[in-house]
Amino acid sequence: MSALYEFCLRMGDSTLVLGHRVSEWCGLAPVLEEDIALANTALDLIGQTQLWLGLAAEVEGSGKTADDLAFLRDVWDFRNALLCELPNGDFGQTLMRQYLFDEWHLGMLKALQGSSDDRVSAIADKAVKEASYHLERSRDTVIGLGDGTEESHARMQAALDYLYPYVGEFFIADALDDAAAKEGIAPELNSLKAGYDAAIAATMNAATLTLPESKFAHKGGRTGRTHTEHLGHMLTNMQWLQRAYPGASW
Amino acid sequence: MYAQMVKSTGEGVKARADMSPEEAAFQDKIDADIKIEPKDWMPEGYRKTLIRQIGQHAHSEIVGQLPEGNWITRAPTLERKAILLAKVQDEAGHGLYLYCAAETLGVSRDELTKDLLSGRMKYSSIFNYPTLTWADMGAVGWLVDGAAIMNQVPLQRTSYGPYSRAMIRICKEESFHQRQGFHIMMKMVEGSEAQKKMAQDALNRFWYPSLMMFGPSDKDSVHSAQSLAWKIKMDSNDELRQKFVDQTAPQAKLLGLTIPDENLAWNEEKGGYDFSEPDWGEFFDVVKGNGPCNTDRLAARNKAWDDGAWVRDGLLAHAEKRAARKTAAE
Amino acid sequence: MSKEWPLWEVFIRGQHGLSHRHVGSLHAPDAEMAVKNARDVYTRRNEGQSIWVVEARHVTASNPSDKGPMYEPSESKVYRHPTFFDIPDDAGAM
Repeated sequence: MSALYEFCLRMGDSTLVLGHRVSEWCGLAPVLEEDIALANTALDLIGQTQLWLGLAAEVEGSGKTADDLAFLRDVWDFRNALLCELPNGDFGQTLMRQYLFDEWHLGMLKALQGSSDDRVSAIADKAVKEASYHLERSRDTVIGLGDGTEESHARMQAALDYLYPYVGEFFIADALDDAAAKEGIAPELNSLKAGYDAAIAATMNAATLTLPESKFAHKGGRTGRTHTEHLGHMLTNMQWLQRAYPGASW
Repeated sequence: MYAQMVKSTGEGVKARADMSPEEAAFQDKIDADIKIEPKDWMPEGYRKTLIRQIGQHAHSEIVGQLPEGNWITRAPTLERKAILLAKVQDEAGHGLYLYCAAETLGVSRDELTKDLLSGRMKYSSIFNYPTLTWADMGAVGWLVDGAAIMNQVPLQRTSYGPYSRAMIRICKEESFHQRQGFHIMMKMVEGSEAQKKMAQDALNRFWYPSLMMFGPSDKDSVHSAQSLAWKIKMDSNDELRQKFVDQTAPQAKLLGLTIPDENLAWNEEKGGYDFSEPDWGEFFDVVKGNGPCNTDRLAARNKAWDDGAWVRDGLLAHAEKRAARKTAAE
Repeated sequence: MSKEWPLWEVFIRGQHGLSHRHVGSLHAPDAEMAVKNARDVYTRRNEGQSIWVVEARHVTASNPSDKGPMYEPSESKVYRHPTFFDIPDDAGAM
């Protein structure tokens, strides 16, 4: 399969899975204003998914749609970063996951605005505005809760400790990432790392949180080598109607 | 409706002769369609009735997120997921606007929330019914939002300024809600046998609960009479219910679905449909807390509120720390 | 129960160059979050280009019983309105 197809899946599956997770909050957030804001983030991510998976389907060229890719592939075919599929946990864990993703996502999208593929740069142009706002909001919330009460601080530290081992995956390239970089479709993953690390350090400092010392990284989601057990349950839920009534139009 | 059986003063409409000069001037303004604003003088009964009504309306929007939220993660396509999420998000927004309108009457959102969570204040009976299949997303949009719009459009002209302005914004935003529901139903009836069956089943289950949304007949209710005089209720329950049936019956026919009522028939003489009353015994059971989902709905709201306490406290504590640091630096 | 977030009044300038207009209220822990919340709550349909927020307790409102002295004097100054002046059509756009 082409590097472009694979790259689109890696972007689109991450936004799909994370958008789905965030949408799980609808109606249940700590305060109405946050409920509405989370739904906006989820809506942006679902919209981006339609673009990335739409392009993937187009590149693949067998007449599939974005919906076919979202609803009819099984766990082993998903190419999202593991971080995105981790459960929501409490509100703090959700916002910490969002922040760790947004910081990477924005850097990636900015780089993709210069992609050699016009279709990729067009998606990036649209998504970069959305991601900038997501980042502003998730960063402020992480700082606010980290530097809030004793309880909120402890919960945010626990969230960071749980999630941080999943960020390394964003910067570990495989042969397909290298091919995408060589074709100018996407940046070298490693080139985003210094900026990311500096930003995270500054935010955690403002949030009075401590980054874990271990540099261990869980990986395998983007390459499809493995996933957490959580993804299968999410897909069971998400894909249920399409699986139970094959071929139906909704 | 979203506000059902709201109690007013219970004393009926005051006769002109019994009104104080202030009350008479107040009623004159209402009769002349001049809006009442937060700082204007108003009878205590007007203020209390409005708080009950707007509060109940707001609670209905918030609890109303749950039955549809139940299907966001299972929506069958990316587009349907986005539409449903945007719709349920709007409901949170509408709850927010309405709470703000109530807050202008001197009650806080937290106080209203506390009364919802303790069960002291009610929300619409309709949200105590379960959503079992995807067709229920169609039925809820088509019937429940359809019934809500019947009530909300006239409320744009209600006498209380902040309530009226909230309703104008809500009506503008809600225009797509009923249409998306009807559109889901259209896709279902054009689809497979299973989908058609699902659509009919959803109509069967939601028809009578939708009729109940307007509340029992209130032609003899002293509460309604006072609310009508104050223009915080614009039409009687029976008028709205009739309008709803007249609008919905032809739509069901267009879909090729059968409304589960043998007595449904066009009545030339009255220029509207005859139809069967819902089971009011069931309605009062639901209102008393014995509907299929009352316990679950309140538990979900309570859990969301309790789980969120540390977040609300944490962000406020941070804001206070920042303000203190800023003051210290100046 | 813990303390409620303060109430903010939200003003939005739309796309057509008109002044900021009061659109509603919301709760937020501080001004920065109030602006963000306003963006999420009140511009979901592309309504806004610029947002102002002010904490509700800082709004000073006129007293309704002063309505006469406050506003009626301007009712008699009809010459402030362009339609007061009868200008022949021949004069062109004015």
